[in-house]
Amino acid sequence: MTYDYAAALFAAVLFAAAPLILAALGETISERAGVINLSMDGTVLLAAMAAFAVARASGNPWIGLVGGAGAGALVALVLAVFGLLLGASELAVGFVLTLFCRELAYFMGHGVARQPGPDLGSLSVPVMSDIPFVGPAVFGQSPVVLVSLAAVAAVWWLLMRTRPGLVLRAVGESPKAAASRGVTVKKVQFLCCLAGGALAGLAGGMYSLSVKPGWGHPQGCEGAGWIALAIVIFGGWKPVRVAFGALFFAAIQVAGIALQDALPGLSGALFQIAPFPVMIVTLLVVNLRRSTAFREAARRVPLLGHLMPKTAGGAPGAVVGALDRGF
Amino acid sequence: MTPRLGMLPRAGFALLAALGVTLLILVAAGAPPLSTLAVMLDGGLGSQAALLRTLAAFTPLLLCGAALCVTFAANLWNIGVEGQITLGAICCQGYLRAADPGGGLPAALDLALGLGFGALGGLAWALLSGVLRTHGRVHEIFSGLGLNFVAMGASLWLILGPWKRPGMASMSGTETLPAELWLPTLGGRPMSTVGPILAVAAFAAVAWLLRRTFFGLTLSAVRQNPLAATRLGLRPKARILAAMAICGALAGLAGAVLVAGLYHRLIPSISGNYGYTAILAVLLASGSLAALPLACLFFAVLTVGSIQLPLSLTLDSSLAGVIQGVLVLTLFAARRVWPGHGGGAK
Repeated sequence: MTYDYAAALFAAVLFAAAPLILAALGETISERAGVINLSMDGTVLLAAMAAFAVARASGNPWIGLVGGAGAGALVALVLAVFGLLLGASELAVGFVLTLFCRELAYFMGHGVARQPGPDLGSLSVPVMSDIPFVGPAVFGQSPVVLVSLAAVAAVWWLLMRTRPGLVLRAVGESPKAAASRGVTVKKVQFLCCLAGGALAGLAGGMYSLSVKPGWGHPQGCEGAGWIALAIVIFGGWKPVRVAFGALFFAAIQVAGIALQDALPGLSGALFQIAPFPVMIVTLLVVNLRRSTAFREAARRVPLLGHLMPKTAGGAPGAVVGALDRGF
Repeated sequence: MTPRLGMLPRAGFALLAALGVTLLILVAAGAPPLSTLAVMLDGGLGSQAALLRTLAAFTPLLLCGAALCVTFAANLWNIGVEGQITLGAICCQGYLRAADPGGGLPAALDLALGLGFGALGGLAWALLSGVLRTHGRVHEIFSGLGLNFVAMGASLWLILGPWKRPGMASMSGTETLPAELWLPTLGGRPMSTVGPILAVAAFAAVAWLLRRTFFGLTLSAVRQNPLAATRLGLRPKARILAAMAICGALAGLAGAVLVAGLYHRLIPSISGNYGYTAILAVLLASGSLAALPLACLFFAVLTVGSIQLPLSLTLDSSLAGVIQGVLVLTLFAARRVWPGHGGGAK
């Protein structure tokens, strides 16, 4: 592999990962506060449509991006109103919303389907883009790469290093304990759900305005929201690990495209589904580590504990509770 | 689970609110609201051909709806139905393309075996999800979702790879099966009547299972209090696996019917969203067995009717899904306004 080819691959992976990173970060914020937003897939698609329509109407892709974030926040608002205020199961509402938003995106977007529209283009930060290897990939291509990397730093700092972040994590870990310390749990969850939806909306906008420019049926970002849900689990609900998870899955997809010639027809289909078996295995491994049988065995044979990969951390307490409640 | 009078204002409110939201969406999309609804209704019920197409959509919906009632009764979030349908279709196609219509077994037996293999395929796929839940503590939402995509990938791989048509791989599906291995059709119509009959029979069996048997009783005991059910020796894990197996078998049967009775070949995304739509139908019926066939029928009319939209009004056919989602969401809201009535699902 030549140096140029490697640099191009690296840039392609960063580019493909950008929206995945944002969507997964959005879900991380939401789940860290204890709200499972199953509507991700529909949200991303609806926001992609909204962002493209707004960008086309206004002629400015950046306004379009804001429109996408707004659409994502709106979907999250519906989820929050039904799940947190009306007391419906957030799993059920999220699932219905994901189907509803997908169909709504196709229906409302019919008018702008296969129409020309603006896109975010590329941006070259002077001096920085001259850094070898990393420069062109980060500072010399689509601005979504920079936005996504900045978002990772911002979300990590907000979640792990600030007081609001601490409150957010406390709410997700144990709503009851947080409430007894005087935190308005519902309010925190409401805001986090909205913020998470807005980030997912931003991800949708990145798809239709940069990564897969344009709108049509199919747009090309179908399934991205589900992959983001898988990545959150893979990343153990930790922002930086989640971002690495997104890069990992984007790398798998780019590899699929790169191998298209070697395995015609097959590679696309097979590499698209790769995140899902990995998600299941990750969950299995995480839960296995926690099982009493494994702990017993690891106590007797310490090597076992070292061999078993520490793939991910645990789910926030409220998320586990919500899954256990079921319907 | 008996329908009560108290449900009527709730249902009425949900319907009216859904109609209102739908009209709003239509106006926002710049579509003529009334003629759009008229086109959908006509497309779903307006002619004999339309009625047959509606029946063809109703069949997998009712099969999967009945299947989901079993897992709902055990409080399982089985969103893996889509993959279970796909596996059923793959296994049925796998058997039928290997079967020799000329010699060996009579065609009827081949077909029965094909349907059986379909059911087994769905069962295995659901059981995988169930075992991951009971023995691996992986929630069925994530395993089901993941397995849906894996099943879709597998069917694509088969269509473009090992089962591709001689000479060329095509997204239009595999080679069509010989006509002897189609489920019998009435007078050359595109769809077999065996499917709907199987669906109604399966629905009746599920209703009997849930309402009249000890097994049905234990499922609701497991749902309401898993700890107490364990103490009573009801073995929740075994019940969960059994519920998953029954659900998967019915969903697999739906996939097999789609192959043997409608498409006569394996096509990409053969499950056609029926697995997801059936979840909406069950949610709309609020877990009530009596309301489920109505909900499935209504959704089938919407789905088939919407196919006319691009032709008559240049609108996207996804309006059916929009209306289905709006209906279920308004029902959730209505439940808040009139809480505490009937309905199996919380």
